[in-house]
Amino acid sequence: MQNIKHDLVVIGGGPAGLAAAISARRNGCRDVLLIERAKTYGGILNQCIHDGFGLHRFGETLTGPEYAQLYIDEFKAQRLEAMLGTIVLSMDSGRNLYVSSRNGFKKIEAGAVILSMGCRERTAGAISLPGTRPAGIYTAGAAQNFINLQNIMVGKQAVIMGSGDIGLIMARRMTLEGAKVESVFEILPYASGLPRNIQQCLNDYDIPLHLSTSVINLHGKERLTGVTVAEVNEGLMPVPGTERYVPCDTLLLSVGLIPENELSRGANVVMESRTGGAQVDDTLMTSLPGVFSCGNVLHVHDLVDHVSEEAELAGRFAVEYLDGGIQPRESYIQIEPGEGVRYVLPQKVSGARDFTLSLRVAAPSRNQSVWVKDSEKKLARKKMLRLHPAEMVRIKVKANKLGSAKRLCVSVK
Amino acid sequence: MMKKCDVIIIGAGVVGNAIARELSRYEVSIAVLEKELDVAMGASSRNSGVLHSGIHYKPGTLRARLSVQGNAMMKDLCSDLKIKIEYIGKLTVAQDEDGIETLHSLKEQGEANNVPGLEILDQEQMQQIQPGVGGIKALYSPSTGIICPYGLSIALAENAAANGVEFYLGHGVTNISKNSREFVVNTAQGEEFEAPVLINSAGLFSDRVCEMLGIDEYRIYPCRGEYLVLDKRLKGTLSTLVYPAPRKGGAGLGIHLTNTVDGNILIGPSSEYVDEPDDFASTSEIMTQLKKEGHELLPELSTTDFIRSFSGLRAKQNPPEVGGYKDFIIESRDDFPGFINLVGIESPGLTSAPAIGLMAKEMVGRFVDLKDKDRFVSERPGSVGFFHELPEEKKADLVAKNPDYGEVICRCEQITKKEILDAIQNPLRNSTINGIKYRSRAMMGRCQGGFCLPRIVEILKQEFGYKPEDYLLQSKGSPLFSGRVR
Repeated sequence: MQNIKHDLVVIGGGPAGLAAAISARRNGCRDVLLIERAKTYGGILNQCIHDGFGLHRFGETLTGPEYAQLYIDEFKAQRLEAMLGTIVLSMDSGRNLYVSSRNGFKKIEAGAVILSMGCRERTAGAISLPGTRPAGIYTAGAAQNFINLQNIMVGKQAVIMGSGDIGLIMARRMTLEGAKVESVFEILPYASGLPRNIQQCLNDYDIPLHLSTSVINLHGKERLTGVTVAEVNEGLMPVPGTERYVPCDTLLLSVGLIPENELSRGANVVMESRTGGAQVDDTLMTSLPGVFSCGNVLHVHDLVDHVSEEAELAGRFAVEYLDGGIQPRESYIQIEPGEGVRYVLPQKVSGARDFTLSLRVAAPSRNQSVWVKDSEKKLARKKMLRLHPAEMVRIKVKANKLGSAKRLCVSVK
Repeated sequence: MMKKCDVIIIGAGVVGNAIARELSRYEVSIAVLEKELDVAMGASSRNSGVLHSGIHYKPGTLRARLSVQGNAMMKDLCSDLKIKIEYIGKLTVAQDEDGIETLHSLKEQGEANNVPGLEILDQEQMQQIQPGVGGIKALYSPSTGIICPYGLSIALAENAAANGVEFYLGHGVTNISKNSREFVVNTAQGEEFEAPVLINSAGLFSDRVCEMLGIDEYRIYPCRGEYLVLDKRLKGTLSTLVYPAPRKGGAGLGIHLTNTVDGNILIGPSSEYVDEPDDFASTSEIMTQLKKEGHELLPELSTTDFIRSFSGLRAKQNPPEVGGYKDFIIESRDDFPGFINLVGIESPGLTSAPAIGLMAKEMVGRFVDLKDKDRFVSERPGSVGFFHELPEEKKADLVAKNPDYGEVICRCEQITKKEILDAIQNPLRNSTINGIKYRSRAMMGRCQGGFCLPRIVEILKQEFGYKPEDYLLQSKGSPLFSGRVR
């Protein structure tokens, strides 16, 4: 078995991995290897042929493939090395990776590792959807792959369960390709996708969105013939008497994304249950020295622009680590989500440098502020006209404000 | 088309396939008729995958004799068929004095059935076998094992096919008649089969096969058992099976955790009579209950560990108001000489299958001459287990020899392109997506095919010329797609 060494290995060649590798090179790392499972770069962006990518970073709205291409061009211009069509099968806590491809099975010893594997979709099984198991039930992303990359239509009459962004995008896409999209059903009292997607994908096409309503049964033994939907109460349980049958041959699920951290778990990286990603510090380093995490494998983002930014930081800090500039510390300042905040990361910071917190609120609200406090001492505040769980909030904190803080709490008031 | 043969077997579940494989040792021509497009689509693939020791069955019954015999045969059979089997043992746990009494009577019953190695254990001994297990005493049965139920069924069929048995998949039986010498069986395909021996191993549909011959004394009452499948993250948390001491008159053995040979844990099964012999739906009431019990039985369980639900049906002979068990019906009918009838083969049918195969063979021998074949091949080609279970050095060798082993298609289960291609090119020529799933384990992991189904669809298109309308999930009426994008 071939045994090779690299200073930095980046796992995943989607938007996070590409940006991390480019950033590592720009910050002076000569030996970067990017490993990508598919035969092409770009990850999930390749099937996202709708526009809206890059508004924050480039001031224009690009399609997914266009956004990816900017990074692929730069990756190639920097003469970065990659293994395509290669999967990392396992990683240990000493940064030894076993990888497999048509070219062989190899062991790679990495000086530092950036985890940028992205996320996967929650399935019918994961949400324990009752009923039969006929053909015609797809995660929205799988349907997007069939339609956009393989030119295959998944059905003619669709119901969308969940109002995640991919579901909204696919409601429009199915409609444009001649399918009838009956409705989008969201179990929560608010949509989980971005407001702009509600407008551009549903309202503009007269596709109804039913909030506080969920699919509670599937029908059809061979191909899906319909679903039963019902309104739900505050405990998200179906309200008796509100059930109705909606005929359809296709159900697309857009019920959440799960960071794909099986490799991280295999290496005993300490995980965070609120995000499904690793616990990281202000350098995006995980509990394993020299192992960094960024993008959707760290926490699910709503905008790729923020993925790229986060990945660039990971790339920069990984190089700093390789140069000996980052050491694990004895103690950190802990950061905790307070009232109205679902999660916040990094979960701990050194206090040695300024940092940006990324967080999601627990419920929609208007005219509120996000506060970062050291018990009662206010360290940072961001005023928000509207706060929504679908939209990640970022807030900068200056190191010189931290003083002797041991624990910061982030809350909405 | 009219096809003459020596033996017709109706139903390609684990029992039909075990009989077919046993008979394939002899110079007889055999046709297996199956209404589904693949073998083991009913109860055979939808159960706990447990090899029972035989403690639960009344001495002298077929269930007692065949389960103990089948259990003992299984080790060599699995080694021949290249499938995984693990004798991990079972603790039947008592919570109170009544329960302890039950354990003692189970032990006595088991010993009367010749179940090996039974022991009553105290708490300390129980902890050594399964740390953290509750209860005050337990009956330990070391011969209880686990096996992949569809793996066994498919392997039996493939080995039978390699020895000359013909499998007619998608051939639902529509009519049976008997002329002076032969049974004439018509299928939905418009084809006709004739043979002097007819075997009914139609499982949940066995009463309907009887009815076609005018035998109306049997009726099957499907009793559904729902399961939840847990993420492999929890692999290793159970070293043995733990069951509650059974309640009197129950239709099942109670909800419990079962490890599978592939590293998942199952929670279930529930027990609820349903009307249709193919009502494999899951219900929210039962799933909620299973989750609750799962959390009680396995404290490490997190809400994100549930990856799939499924249900199976027990072929019960007693109506719901009677409940409980009846013994297997395995009979050579005097009123229809040559008709070998198997009805009500519910649990422990999987365990008993190899022994049922032997018993049915004896019955067949009274009607046709069973001459040994010169070249019966008892072994199935290939190796036990999956690529990802091999040591790293062995993986490297295989990839060097065949690059298709290097390409991982299903990332959750780490199933390679070579394994997918093997599953597509299976000896029974099943060409459905679920056929690939049951053979390769692709799409069985935590993403449930969200990631690899598109890649498998691509492989079928690129290497086998599939068009959008060619993709079927499981049956003819289950197309995956509606056509090309316009």
